[in-house]
Amino acid sequence: MAEVTEQDTDHPRGSVYRVAGTINIARAATTQREIDALPDPLTIDLSDINRMDTVGAWIIYRTVRDRGAKVIGASRDEVSLLKQVGEFDKPTRVVPDEPHNFLAGVRELGEWVSETGVTLVGLLGFFGSTLIGFANVIKRPTRRFRLNAVVQRFDVVGVRALGIIALMSFLIGIVIAQQGSVQLAQFGAEVYTINLIGRITVRELGTLMTAIMVAGRSGSAFAAQLGTMKITEEIDAMRTIGVSPVEALVIPRIISAVVMMPLLSFWSMLCALIGGGLFVWLSLGIPPLTYIQRLHDVIPLTDMWVGIIKAPVFGFIIALAGCFQGMLVQGNSEEVGTRTTNAVVQSIFLVIVLDAVFAVFFSSIGWV
Amino acid sequence: MTSIPKELDPANVPDGCQPIITVRGLRNSFGEQVIHDNLDLTVCRGEILGVVGGSGTGKSVLLRSIIGLQTPDTGEVEVLGENMIGREEDEAKNIRRRWGILFQNGALFSTLTVAENVEVPIREYFPGIKPPLLDEMASYKIAMGGLPPDAGPKFPSELSGGMVKRAGLARALALDPELLFLDEPTAGLDPIAAAAFDELIKSLQKRLDLTVFLITHDLDTLHAICDRIAVLADQHVIAVGTIPQLLALDHPWIQEYFNGPRGRAAADSYEEGATA
Repeated sequence: MAEVTEQDTDHPRGSVYRVAGTINIARAATTQREIDALPDPLTIDLSDINRMDTVGAWIIYRTVRDRGAKVIGASRDEVSLLKQVGEFDKPTRVVPDEPHNFLAGVRELGEWVSETGVTLVGLLGFFGSTLIGFANVIKRPTRRFRLNAVVQRFDVVGVRALGIIALMSFLIGIVIAQQGSVQLAQFGAEVYTINLIGRITVRELGTLMTAIMVAGRSGSAFAAQLGTMKITEEIDAMRTIGVSPVEALVIPRIISAVVMMPLLSFWSMLCALIGGGLFVWLSLGIPPLTYIQRLHDVIPLTDMWVGIIKAPVFGFIIALAGCFQGMLVQGNSEEVGTRTTNAVVQSIFLVIVLDAVFAVFFSSIGWV
Repeated sequence: MTSIPKELDPANVPDGCQPIITVRGLRNSFGEQVIHDNLDLTVCRGEILGVVGGSGTGKSVLLRSIIGLQTPDTGEVEVLGENMIGREEDEAKNIRRRWGILFQNGALFSTLTVAENVEVPIREYFPGIKPPLLDEMASYKIAMGGLPPDAGPKFPSELSGGMVKRAGLARALALDPELLFLDEPTAGLDPIAAAAFDELIKSLQKRLDLTVFLITHDLDTLHAICDRIAVLADQHVIAVGTIPQLLALDHPWIQEYFNGPRGRAAADSYEEGATA
């Protein structure tokens, strides 16, 4: 370990920095601090140094460069090392230049606005190319339709989601029944809990919860899969072979989401009704048969249509947003994460907006 | 099986060799598939050792075993005098501080700029070093890696393949290592860039007195900069020596490798370069 043997700060002509032993990266912070503490004009005496690495050499080099220090007692090796590190003295920049002021804020806002606009136009364009893809598939279904890919997606998007959607819906059914019965009990109208469960799950919640689950499960997966394929140039490879990525990748995913969403929504409604039924049976003492009879009386068939008609539209939106964001990935792996997040946020947002539109629409055509 | 002369036997430690890496009886397997069996190797201080072998002979697995990313089934690995088997990430830090590794694809941290990448090991081991010294250190390491000064604030995704390798080399050099591991440093580079990279490694090795463990497919690299070459085949290192020494062996793979059309071409061009 090096020792500072002399820091002659009272020297009439400045100071002398003399260390013995090693001057290397392990001692870099200390060495720099010691040198900074000494007044100019500075002389660095290297006669007692027996080992020096490039970091040590750099510290001495920069002291000479910045403070005009004089180096004495350097051996030939040390002189050549000092000269060598000097060759690598280039302007230092660590991060890209970014102005931090009002203009930067304005620029960021502008970038955000233009990016949002580009995304919206891009989504529209993607929607268009998907439609063209569909048209091509319909024109020549035997050659263009990829049955295997679609069936495989059915399994991933639909069948494998049954368990989690059943559990979620069942629990939500119980929660609605429990909360509803507590409130309705204040009016002595616990029996209307059944109306509440029946209508809210069939008309709204079954489809909405399924859409959110599918967006989280499959929409994100679509974006991540396509994004990764984009980075590994698989999609470019497809294009060069003459396979349209829209037909091979996007359309099977959209079909699977569109077909599976109504089925999963129906499944979700069923499970929520079972959950609610279990609660009213155990807590309010309404037996299952009565529960089913009441459901039959209070749920109009139009509620069922309201729930089911929305489902394929939501499925389409989720798959479209997922695939679109996936296809936008370029550059590094970090982008896959960002785009996947965007896909989920975008699709859930669009689903909820559309749900509101549907609610107004169905009410106005008299399906209340 | 040809008999290997004693001086080319991988278990033999050459005269005057100060072993930096010692591998003895290494065995690696993935399930049924045995990659290495009874593998021996010694790397001496101050040499550039090239490791060659066909695809799938486990060159990268050997590297991973030496640097502790892969725990072998059996065998001993000693780096800079310390046993590396079964060491966790946070152990053997004093050894990890003394080596630098350039991965095949650079393995730069994609969310950091090149300069920040170089600063990562320095910050980790020497938190006392503060900017501007830290930034200057990153900057001269980047210049040492042969990158232009404007590469510092760039992100890895903005770099070309050759620049990524140079940035990876700059990061590997960040702590002034004694030992440098390079996994196919010239793969994917054009011949001019590859030759420049070879030159860079050679000059850095001389300048900084490095020991270099280099995995490569590149015959030009072997001719140009390697002091000794270890040939990996039949699940172990069959011989270690200079190219003329290896050529004297009549092992089919060695003959095919060095005397095949590409091997001849590389040897010729190197001889021309040496005589010119």
